[in-house]
Amino acid sequence: MKAISKFSGRGVYVEGNDIDTDRIIPARFLKCVTFAELGSSLFYDVRFDEEGNSKGHILDAEQHQGAEILISDVNFGCGSSREHAPQAIQKFGLKAVIADSFAEIFHGNCTTLGIPCVTMEKGAREKLSALVEADPEAEITIDLEGLKIICANNIFDINMKDSAREAFLAATYDPLDNLLAASDEIAAIAAKLGYA
Amino acid sequence: MAKNLYQKVWNDHVVRQLDSGQYQLFIALHLIHEVTSPQAFGMLNDKGLSVAYPHRTFATVDHIIPTDDQSRPLADDMAERMIQVLADATEQNNIEFFAPESGSQGIVHVVGPELGLTQPGMTICCGDSHTSTHGAFGCISLGIGTSQVRDVLASQTIAMDPLKVRRIRIEGELSSGVSAKDVILHIIHTLGVNGGVGFAYEYAGSVIENMTMEERMTVCNMSIEGGARCGYINPDETTFEYLKGRERVPQGDAFENEVMKWRSFASDADAQYDDEVIIDAKEIKPTVTWGVTPAQAISIGEVIPDPDLVEGLERNLISDALDYMKLEPNQPIKGTKVDVAFLGSCTNGRLSDFEQVAAVLKGRKVTSSVRAIAVPGSEKVDKAAREKNLHLVFEDAGFEWRKPGCSMCLAMNPDKLIGDETCASSSNRNFIGRQGSPTGRTILMSPLMVAAAAIEGKVADAREVFGLGEL
Repeated sequence: MKAISKFSGRGVYVEGNDIDTDRIIPARFLKCVTFAELGSSLFYDVRFDEEGNSKGHILDAEQHQGAEILISDVNFGCGSSREHAPQAIQKFGLKAVIADSFAEIFHGNCTTLGIPCVTMEKGAREKLSALVEADPEAEITIDLEGLKIICANNIFDINMKDSAREAFLAATYDPLDNLLAASDEIAAIAAKLGYA
Repeated sequence: MAKNLYQKVWNDHVVRQLDSGQYQLFIALHLIHEVTSPQAFGMLNDKGLSVAYPHRTFATVDHIIPTDDQSRPLADDMAERMIQVLADATEQNNIEFFAPESGSQGIVHVVGPELGLTQPGMTICCGDSHTSTHGAFGCISLGIGTSQVRDVLASQTIAMDPLKVRRIRIEGELSSGVSAKDVILHIIHTLGVNGGVGFAYEYAGSVIENMTMEERMTVCNMSIEGGARCGYINPDETTFEYLKGRERVPQGDAFENEVMKWRSFASDADAQYDDEVIIDAKEIKPTVTWGVTPAQAISIGEVIPDPDLVEGLERNLISDALDYMKLEPNQPIKGTKVDVAFLGSCTNGRLSDFEQVAAVLKGRKVTSSVRAIAVPGSEKVDKAAREKNLHLVFEDAGFEWRKPGCSMCLAMNPDKLIGDETCASSSNRNFIGRQGSPTGRTILMSPLMVAAAAIEGKVADAREVFGLGEL
């Protein structure tokens, strides 16, 4: 696990409020016993028709190939707790998500996988989306330490949950080692509550 | 100082604060199923870890299990493999597995409560967002991702930020024909699909107090559809009466001791809340969705919203939803043609749901154009329904009575919509493509309303169809 403090990449704007995890990864692709193959199924039903032909979705547009930062609107990732959704995002090659707001379980799942979820004021986020649409080559730099985004000579303020930011900067976003370090305290609580 | 239930249960289970600022929370009960959990055992193996508290985890299969032919091996190779991987992992790790035909298999959120595994004052996790269901017993019950399933298996804890608590009081008396499902659809419509982000919802007030445990589970089940990470109801005599005599609950004097402890978790009378919302029960009518989120709902007498009457993004949301649903603005939702009726799921797949519908189905028939299935939430629900001959009532009316599972709620098994069929559904999500067809359409409603739609072949007012009194 490496600290994540600042990184750059090109963006792609997937428009819509309340984009749910069924849309990010339809349930039939959850029929698997590993997450390895999920990248190609990301947003499948909005990208492909029933014969598997491309519907010309923005993620498949030539100018956005290789984009690493997903941008969307309000309440991104609502619905099911399926980690398959952030896994598909990550395996597709996306490394961060910017939105007006996020659903909570999705946000937590992303953080554990090392995918920063950052929020912006609506106006700023709309400006960033427009910049990316106008110039798909524009590089977006996300600075978690300074809580800024830099894109095409613009500087935007960003927000993120304090605990997630701390965890990215300190390389503790996958919490398991930390959790296991408290095994004695865990045993004590289990005994106290009668769960030992 | 006075505390609410969330604060009491949280304080009991906090192990410590982590450097990130999150808290490490002990998980009293961990439930797992075949879709989101097998991968976690692989993650454990990769790290050379074992399951720390195997007796605190219980497994079942629900999402991918067929509801017609469950004979093994299943016809679907991947479904068979998923069950087998879970069966092997639970056996290797000494985790109890409620396998098909064990008598205890079913939807994970039906199984936990009916066995009495779910008890007041617990922290409960499952790799499934509808874990909020268990909050009906006075628990902090959280849907988690697979990496957190791994965390619970390895440490019996998760890392988590604390939540705020919003008390939602439903005061007054529900009208005839208005059910728990209508209450929660009304709440989500009122507060929005993301109104609950950052909150635990405490449901309170006379309507909630008068509900049975199964009705309370329906309400808590859909907390997540309102964005709340969890929802709960204070334990009371109704809770204790439900739990008494259940398989995994202590009996006799030990039970009385448990009740004393359980009672102490209820929110203190002068507890503080971060927010409070009061809803008048009289405002709640039979409610149905018209769009593609559970908040896009109206009462049965209303017309479908007009995007031109609102501004900005909201206009786009409405018009996109109507395009997908192939519905016209300003038209009554009543009378919308339906092709499929689905009765079941972790929201409304319990015995009382089927009893309530059976009582009105007698002597009536599902119209010939509608495919109607009734799917009990568990083997125990199926057995109890059969003992009361409910399955015969459903079959006589033209429903297929199926074997237990999640079925057409998310269509990971063969139960799916075809093309752009419209389904009157007692489930919890009307997302685009949710019921297995990328163009399938879902209208969420109560079990009574599903029955009315099945009989009429269109969205109908159950109060009219079944003569349930006032409109």
